Amino acid sequence: MNASDYEYLRKLFRDHSGLDLSADKQYLIESRLLPLARKCGLSSIDDLLQKMKGGSSRHIAQAVEAMTTNETFFFRDKAPFDHFRDTMIPELLKARAGRKTIRIWCAAGSTGQEPYSLAICLKEMSAQLAGWRTEILATDLSQDVLEKSKAGIYSQFEVQRGLPIQLLLKYFKQNGELWQINAEIRAMVQHRQLNLLHDFSQLGTFDVIFCRNVLIYFDQDTKINVFNRLARSLEGDGFLVLGAAETVVGLTDVFKPCAEKRGLYRPTGARAAVAPMAAAAMPRMAAIGGR
Amino acid sequence: MDGPRIGEQVRTCLVVDDSSVVRKIARRILEELNFQIIEAENGERALDACRRAMPTAVLLDWNMPVMDGHEFLLHLRRLPGGDLPKVVFCTTENNVDHISRALEAGADEYIMKPFDKAIIAAKFHEVGLIAAAMPA
Ligand SMILES: C[S@@+](CC[C@H](N)C(=O)[O-])C[C@H]1O[C@@H](n2cnc3c(N)ncnc32)[C@H](O)[C@@H]1O
Repeated sequence: MNASDYEYLRKLFRDHSGLDLSADKQYLIESRLLPLARKCGLSSIDDLLQKMKGGSSRHIAQAVEAMTTNETFFFRDKAPFDHFRDTMIPELLKARAGRKTIRIWCAAGSTGQEPYSLAICLKEMSAQLAGWRTEILATDLSQDVLEKSKAGIYSQFEVQRGLPIQLLLKYFKQNGELWQINAEIRAMVQHRQLNLLHDFSQLGTFDVIFCRNVLIYFDQDTKINVFNRLARSLEGDGFLVLGAAETVVGLTDVFKPCAEKRGLYRPTGARAAVAPMAAAAMPRMAAIGGR
Repeated sequence: MDGPRIGEQVRTCLVVDDSSVVRKIARRILEELNFQIIEAENGERALDACRRAMPTAVLLDWNMPVMDGHEFLLHLRRLPGGDLPKVVFCTTENNVDHISRALEAGADEYIMKPFDKAIIAAKFHEVGLIAAAMPA
């Protein structure tokens, strides 16, 4: 791949998904795009590039998705889910006693391990939540991971990373080497394709937002932009949860970290003027995001 | 990082498997997680080892000659101090029935073979044996 192709792709990925590649990631692009080219019946990355440059939105969208890192596992990092059970839900049970509704958003849900971990937590707390309406929305840029998430079917390897064995027995059904999460838990999670660079105000406001291990791929301005818009989608007394390598510190004052609770942030009430990064920049993706 | 710090006592893991190859792989992974390893090739040998000194953890195969892992566990939990070790099954038996029986016998966690470092680390983290699921 020559330098100008590489620059073309870097800019394209930054504009479409926020992915911020450093100057030396040719190998990464090649390792992701060659299999995609083959899948599209093309013989080389050059052919794929030609389609993309020719404006084929299908190929562009697929290339953008192929570059995403979808790694995830159940109860990843554990602590955020302990905070969810021990801090967030108990506080919300008091704060929302009037409307008895809790809305949760997994803003980069990937293949479902994170939203289903939250669903299992809620299910385990059903005694306290009797009479309450809880909602978990899982969104992701990638249609492929959303399909997998909806199916809720995991390999033996996947169910052994982070999922306590008792919960595997309790909430999954075995089918050979595969394990499917129970219909009841699946029904607790709604799925929707959504690009975080686009406007998401139409989703309404949430009490808890998990936005983990996605902003790490973005450049600083994009992170700030997303944080500022997340603040508007979160209730004033809500909770934001970030990944272990992510923070708002030094980027924005719309959130502040919770003392003693790593990964947990609260809104400060500060407001920043913001517009989506890529409003209607991509008609196709925007249209899908709107459904 | 997760290893014994000065002043902390050494943590031991008893690896019970009739395959010396599996014991060797497990040993390598667990040593990286800073456990001192004791090996046993069947349940009876493993019980002897536990009578001498209770390990911090046991990684336990199911099917073995002389005494299988399930029977070992039933005996272990009746020994004085035998409730202390965290026991993680590690077996090709991967059905709900076996998993339930293991838990009823007092297992803390259950690994379905094949395993790798990520799975062992995740399961050991799960039962509180190590601090981070994926130590660097
Ligand atoms: C590493 S996974 C994180 C999954 C989960 N939150 C966790 O922490 O385990 C990152 C996910 O972010 C998604 N993603 C990447 N860019 C995105 C964007 N601009 N908008 C929405 N999702 C995006 C990817 O498709 C991928 O599934």
